[in-house]
Amino acid sequence: MTKMIATRDAYGEALKELGRINKDVVVLDADLSGSTKTAVFKKEYPERFFNVGIAEQNLMGTAAGLATAGKLPFASTFAMFASGRAFEIIRNSICYPNLNVKIAATHAGITVGEDGATHQALEDISLMRSLPNMVVLSPADGVEAKQCIYKAAEHNGPVYIRLGRSKIPVIFDENYKFEIGKGVELKKGNDIALIATGIMLEKALVAAEELSKEGISARVINISTIKPIDEDIIIKAAKETKGIVTVEEHSIIGGLGSAVTEVVSENAPTYVERIGTMDVFGESGDGNELLEKYGLNVKNIIDKSKKILSK
Amino acid sequence: MGNYDDLKLATKNMRINIIKMLSQAKSGHPGGSLSACEILAALYLEEMNIDPKNPNWEDRDRFVLSKGHGAPVLYAALAEKGYFSKEELNHLRKIDSMLQGHPDMKGTPGVDMTTGSLGQGLSAANGMALAGKLDNKDYRVYVLIGDGESQEGIVWESAMLASHYNLDNITVFLDHNGLQIDGANREVMNIEPIEDKFKSFGWHIINIDGHFFKEIFAAIEEAKNTKGKPTMIVAKTIKGKGVSFMEDEAGWHGKAPSEEETKRALEELGGGIDD
Repeated sequence: MTKMIATRDAYGEALKELGRINKDVVVLDADLSGSTKTAVFKKEYPERFFNVGIAEQNLMGTAAGLATAGKLPFASTFAMFASGRAFEIIRNSICYPNLNVKIAATHAGITVGEDGATHQALEDISLMRSLPNMVVLSPADGVEAKQCIYKAAEHNGPVYIRLGRSKIPVIFDENYKFEIGKGVELKKGNDIALIATGIMLEKALVAAEELSKEGISARVINISTIKPIDEDIIIKAAKETKGIVTVEEHSIIGGLGSAVTEVVSENAPTYVERIGTMDVFGESGDGNELLEKYGLNVKNIIDKSKKILSK
Repeated sequence: MGNYDDLKLATKNMRINIIKMLSQAKSGHPGGSLSACEILAALYLEEMNIDPKNPNWEDRDRFVLSKGHGAPVLYAALAEKGYFSKEELNHLRKIDSMLQGHPDMKGTPGVDMTTGSLGQGLSAANGMALAGKLDNKDYRVYVLIGDGESQEGIVWESAMLASHYNLDNITVFLDHNGLQIDGANREVMNIEPIEDKFKSFGWHIINIDGHFFKEIFAAIEEAKNTKGKPTMIVAKTIKGKGVSFMEDEAGWHGKAPSEEETKRALEELGGGIDD
């Protein structure tokens, strides 16, 4: 059976390790440490953990101040409140002065599930990638999430790391090496390119298997660095296939789909079909059922691939 | 220090430079810059443990101008202290200048935090103060907040944090000139009783006249001797202080003086156009 790990759990483990090797690491949370898994760090290093209460703006501002004094702060809350509630603090107090703050935002996307639309961040990639100096990471599994945290810590400047609530299948083995700004081709193919991020990578891999049974060879690319995006791997895919399907647990506006479309339209125009939430809010429900209802599924990837190939 | 003659002279120079730089920039915020001159002169020219030759010295005292539109008074103080040449002041708000309309820590030596969007300064100062405590450093963090600015919600989020974490290394000055863009605080959105509000958030409160050095320094000493909680110095000030036609006029919040008004202002301040 496939091993299942939530990316937020990987974050907690990575923080604990980072805290051991780097005494400048400090962690801030806004009353969600049990959910974001920063409580794992708090347990080991209570003196370097700061709960700011339910106050996301102050979460980001305090992290900025800590960074000016040489600390390496990780600020965590749900993606909705990190990217939305605190947007302007992130813009003016973190990104504009290019401070070394890491924002690890959990419970991103529609798979937050039962809490419903108010808690389902489907705009955070769009918001965060529009900010100068910001690096945006969206890992596809627990292994990659851990490495994203380590690489974010090595990077000097603001980083937004998008993490999920649900347990998801482990795709990468322990030898996998994540690098900021590098996409990864997981499957070769020259008919269609499936470019996915986050939890949708696994669905793209399944879709590629299904397509191959019908004689369609699908290339699968993981884009875990949304910004700076790996233009080369996207342009190559655009040139070597008949079109691209982007797949993300995020609005089709402003996220991976938009980023890929920007790259190909400037460098190698081709057909792009974007899979994501279609400019709508989510609703309460089981995470997997919501993915099905909103078209974030294998069938939609296959349909969109065939749509391009029929042109 | 006696009668503070040197500081008074320096403060006069700062006021003259504020009028000159705003006149050249043809935009900016004179009212809230002039109201805070004595406070910044006291901090930068006397109190703070800083080194203009080493602006990023890690043990330095910090200052955060939370009311970032008061940038001219900060730049006047930094120039007076020698962080950069006074000639730079002529380039305020102009393209390619290191003196942005609101403070930019990456571009201007001596600026400890980028500010301008109101309310965010105390939050950043909290981070600096927490770092100081973690590292057992004895630097102090000073913040200037506007009275109108205290209408921002994040001010109260960060006021709560400062007392929760016993940040007695933070001293905030409230530049209480009573006015904001649309008029008097009490008419736009009443903030009173502001002392009681901060007191109930766990702060030590000191009331002073923000234009008297003796009171400013006494309050700073009291803040340093106050353990276990942050201190708020509510400084009663006059918006536009020093220029008669700007004093206590909300209209001078964010408007540069004309050539004629500049001349009048400089005559009053005792500095000619070419001084």
